[in-house]
Amino acid sequence: MTTKTSYVAKSVENLKPSGIRKFFDLAANMEGVISLGVGEPDFVTSWTVREAAILSLEQGNTSYTANAGLFELREKIARYMRDGYDLRYDPNSEIIVTVGASQALDISLRAIIDPGDEVVVVEPGFVSYVPLVQLAGGTPVTVETKPENGFKLTAEELEDAITGRTKAVLLCSPNNPTGTVLEQENLEEIAEVIRRHDLVVLSDEIYSELAYDRGHVSIASLDEMRNRTIVINGFSKGFAMTGWRLGYICAPEEIAVPLLKIHQYAMMCASTPAQYAAVEALDKGMGDVFEMKHSYRHRRHYFVDSLNEMGLVCHLPGGAFYAFPSVAKTRLSSEEFAEKLLLEEKVAVVPGNVFGKGGEGHIRCSYASSMEQLQEAVKRMKRFVENHS
Amino acid sequence: MQLSDLELDLLRILQKDARISSESLGKMLQVTPEEVETALTRLEKDHILVRYSSIVDWSKVEGHEGVTAMIDVKVAPKRGVGFDEVAHRIYRYKEVKSVYLMSGAYDLSVTVEGRSMNEVANFVSEKLSTLDSVLSTTTHFQLKKYKHDGTIFGDVHEDKRIVVSP
Repeated sequence: MTTKTSYVAKSVENLKPSGIRKFFDLAANMEGVISLGVGEPDFVTSWTVREAAILSLEQGNTSYTANAGLFELREKIARYMRDGYDLRYDPNSEIIVTVGASQALDISLRAIIDPGDEVVVVEPGFVSYVPLVQLAGGTPVTVETKPENGFKLTAEELEDAITGRTKAVLLCSPNNPTGTVLEQENLEEIAEVIRRHDLVVLSDEIYSELAYDRGHVSIASLDEMRNRTIVINGFSKGFAMTGWRLGYICAPEEIAVPLLKIHQYAMMCASTPAQYAAVEALDKGMGDVFEMKHSYRHRRHYFVDSLNEMGLVCHLPGGAFYAFPSVAKTRLSSEEFAEKLLLEEKVAVVPGNVFGKGGEGHIRCSYASSMEQLQEAVKRMKRFVENHS
Repeated sequence: MQLSDLELDLLRILQKDARISSESLGKMLQVTPEEVETALTRLEKDHILVRYSSIVDWSKVEGHEGVTAMIDVKVAPKRGVGFDEVAHRIYRYKEVKSVYLMSGAYDLSVTVEGRSMNEVANFVSEKLSTLDSVLSTTTHFQLKKYKHDGTIFGDVHEDKRIVVSP
């Protein structure tokens, strides 16, 4: 008798399941939960944007678009990148519209990685980075950022992670889960190391609209960085369009043209109604983006001050809509804290350890909830911390 | 009057939700609760912050449904006081919820609330139409309130997000 061979590829079997799943299962079946575990805005997409999608359907725009996306949308993205971030991309050959920033990330990694290439991944970081590097055949090399630096990557930390096999560095600013923003001077330092080692940068800028203090700076806008950087952005966070699944890649022609081959074979093109919606979002949605940002900024201060008051030490995150406090005061591990908080007080947060190295001892709380919900969550968390310290 | 950023932020936040405490407002805007109180007192004193009120959907309350009419009023303005005098006379009635001077086909837009159509009709025929300077009135009864003061009625905001996501 022969032993049964697995139908599933080893690379997939070896992938770690997402640590978030467990909390989802636990929280999804409970009543009266206030969730601060959500990685998306609490706003619904602007009506003007939704209406544009409805109109596009009424007009029968239901066929494929060009592989790289509607040209009109690419033109508007080019203008948005120029006006917002001082970046110039040719809509003909350097912009690809994707199914969310997630697909953008996936195909960008596949476009640059040869088997065995190392990719430096900053942690705590988004849960998909390491698995996506692995699936693309690369080797993730994780760098742990420190709370005492506000979770900012330093040039030395980056330098230490680089070997002869390093191909690329994956950056995310503003960061999920820490909310950390890399300011111009941090980026300059990092860029110097990257140039010296001649590396590619994958810059996940999905939270670029939500940098509260000095605004967002793209690493691609620094000297001699544009032509080695793949900028990944999208409509999910800033424009409150998560469910539309629409992102994009801006990259120099040298990378974008081969990259488009993967997109063409694997995806054909992004959803057509979503692309029409995005055209409207860039045309008329900026006012709403500004208003949402303003509202997040207020809630950020309220929530972070409240966390510090109850003894959950938290740096002021410069962007995104996450606070990443330490739970050291309670002497609980991240998972214990998150699980007990959910069971005892019905507040859902995400344990920091699921975001990789340096996440243990922290929790990720999204403040993309109404003030009413946040105030109630603060009340419950305060009681919880008092009971556990 | 020129307002500070703090005052503007306070007005914008309170207009959406007047129940937020000074303490929370202080955290949101990075000032002390006392500074919030001082700013609010000033705004109240200057009648910029006129009243803290609630939006109520009375149509859901049994026995309190009531009726609302919007009345287009044409008036003969008076030398020296224009439309103000007649507007004053109209807005003092407690049945009158709002009075606006309008451009276009008529002069004043008056909103009147009453318990029944009859009550509103009586108000119009007995009080409003009999005013000296009122030339004519056209009464429109509201049939259904969809949105009022920026708030959609009957549309319960439901958080449709999944509870935990990356």
